[in-house]
Amino acid sequence: MASHDIRLDHRIIYSVIDHGSRVLDLGCGEGDLLYLLARDKQVIAQGIEMDDRAIQECVKKGLSVFHDDIESGLREYPEHSFDFVILNQSMEEVKNVDSLIQDALRIGNRVIIGFPNFAYIKSRWMMFFKGRAPITRSLPYSWFDTPNVRFLSVIDFREYCSEKNIRIIEAHYLGGKSTVRFCPNLFALNAVFVLTRGDN
Amino acid sequence: MHTRFIMTREKNKNSTNSVGVVETKYYTFAGPDNELKLESGDSLGPITLAYETYGSLNRDRSNAILACHALSGDAHAAGVHEGQDDPGWWDDMIGPGKAFDTDRYFIICSNVIAGCKGSTGPSSINPATGKPYAMDFPFITISDMVNAQRHLIDFLGIERLLCVAGGSMGGMQVLQWVASYPDRVRAAIPIATTKKHSPQQIAFNETARQAIMSDPAWRDGNYYDCGQPEKGLAVARMIGHITFMSDQSMEAKFSRRLKKGRLNFNFDPEFEVEGYLHYRGANFVKRFDANSYLYLTKALDYFDLSGGKAVPLGKKIDTRFMVISFKSDWLYPSSQSQEIVRLLKRRNMDATYCELNSTYGHDAFLVEVEEQTTLIKHFLDKTHNGYMVVEYYGIS
Repeated sequence: MASHDIRLDHRIIYSVIDHGSRVLDLGCGEGDLLYLLARDKQVIAQGIEMDDRAIQECVKKGLSVFHDDIESGLREYPEHSFDFVILNQSMEEVKNVDSLIQDALRIGNRVIIGFPNFAYIKSRWMMFFKGRAPITRSLPYSWFDTPNVRFLSVIDFREYCSEKNIRIIEAHYLGGKSTVRFCPNLFALNAVFVLTRGDN
Repeated sequence: MHTRFIMTREKNKNSTNSVGVVETKYYTFAGPDNELKLESGDSLGPITLAYETYGSLNRDRSNAILACHALSGDAHAAGVHEGQDDPGWWDDMIGPGKAFDTDRYFIICSNVIAGCKGSTGPSSINPATGKPYAMDFPFITISDMVNAQRHLIDFLGIERLLCVAGGSMGGMQVLQWVASYPDRVRAAIPIATTKKHSPQQIAFNETARQAIMSDPAWRDGNYYDCGQPEKGLAVARMIGHITFMSDQSMEAKFSRRLKKGRLNFNFDPEFEVEGYLHYRGANFVKRFDANSYLYLTKALDYFDLSGGKAVPLGKKIDTRFMVISFKSDWLYPSSQSQEIVRLLKRRNMDATYCELNSTYGHDAFLVEVEEQTTLIKHFLDKTHNGYMVVEYYGIS
């Protein structure tokens, strides 16, 4: 697969993760990202996923995956079990998100969090001028069928990190096709943060 | 002979990919002065193991898989015996192109010790007395069964098994293999099983044992001259079959249907479910030894790998796990498999867990072929060949 065929967020996460590291992907779906990492970067890959169809696809790719809820699936892991814990596009569906992030920071030396930016300019436009709940490329659902229970902006997340003493190592802002540098809270569809504990 | 073989194959529903006619072989070890030390402190010998093999061992002996059978199973896991049409107990999973692909792997299945299908058990002749062991047979544990299998694996010249797989009591043997010989197992597939028998599971087993032992025909186990306690053993098996099914599968299979279409107001089996249990019980006594049932259910009840025994501490163990459970299995519920998974997480083991959505209850591990095949086939492929083989997936 040529690199432009790979999802932009996957490309960014792929570039962050070191060769041969231990990686846990929470809500790994069909395992596309983990597969690339395992094959090309020889990472030791482990996924956690709720959907049994998706699990079958992961196993077809040779991946190790747990059929589990990501909210309760981390407790047993000892500290520093992984070099990277990925929580990409799944945090917004989680109820106890703070304890999940804390758990991820406990078991992973680095935590990569990707989420859709609710303050994206088109969301604001739909709210402000049309008076409608926003539907965008990164938040494609109607109010009645969305799996999301969390709606946050880039600024919200930065504030959370500073309040919780979480150190931001890298922040990447994603537009439709490429990264965004200027005023990300307004122009980014998605954000990818690389985090570690403040005391690290 | 040839025509008979073809007819047999036609009767077999998976005739196109059966391993065909197979033969049970026997291996005897633990002779005088070399008896097998048992967990109870007793020893046993000589020991004969009945076993079958399918497919062929490769040159570097790296493609051997041990399939472990459940409580009432035997060494006959796949194919058919000469002149008979009963396929082996895991015939849907073992054969050319199947989950355990005999074109690629060498599969071994042996009857457990204390069994009654060719391996040494309470119905075997005790060399000290010249009579069947009966209640003189020593108590056996899952660990003893695995120890005996290890002798067979040594005899076959296999240093490291590619995989040990099995469901229910077979799954306990899988876990025990990793506990006893972690260096000799590259991959483990425990299905619908537990790392320790629960009080509920012990309770069902004790009820089954009491059914056998309270039958006057049991005669303290010394029934080999006059026929076995058929009534007690049949009731024991009926209890078993209730626990193998789910409420849903029983509703689908029998509902409240009546055998004769109307109530007769007597104590003969009136409902179809009663008829089914009677039929299963009656069939079972023809093929299974009551004393074996007592000893094997005891082995199940003794099974407990908690307290760090499941994955030995103090050394790096690189056995890969695939744990499978079934949503409607209430005899070995998913929560018990999840307990195994939690342990594997604590030890940072490479593992996959999948709870399959089946309505068949505990029986699912024998009947849910398709999804198990997908999981097991690819898991074995990765274990055997690494990522090289999965590149066909289309991402190059």
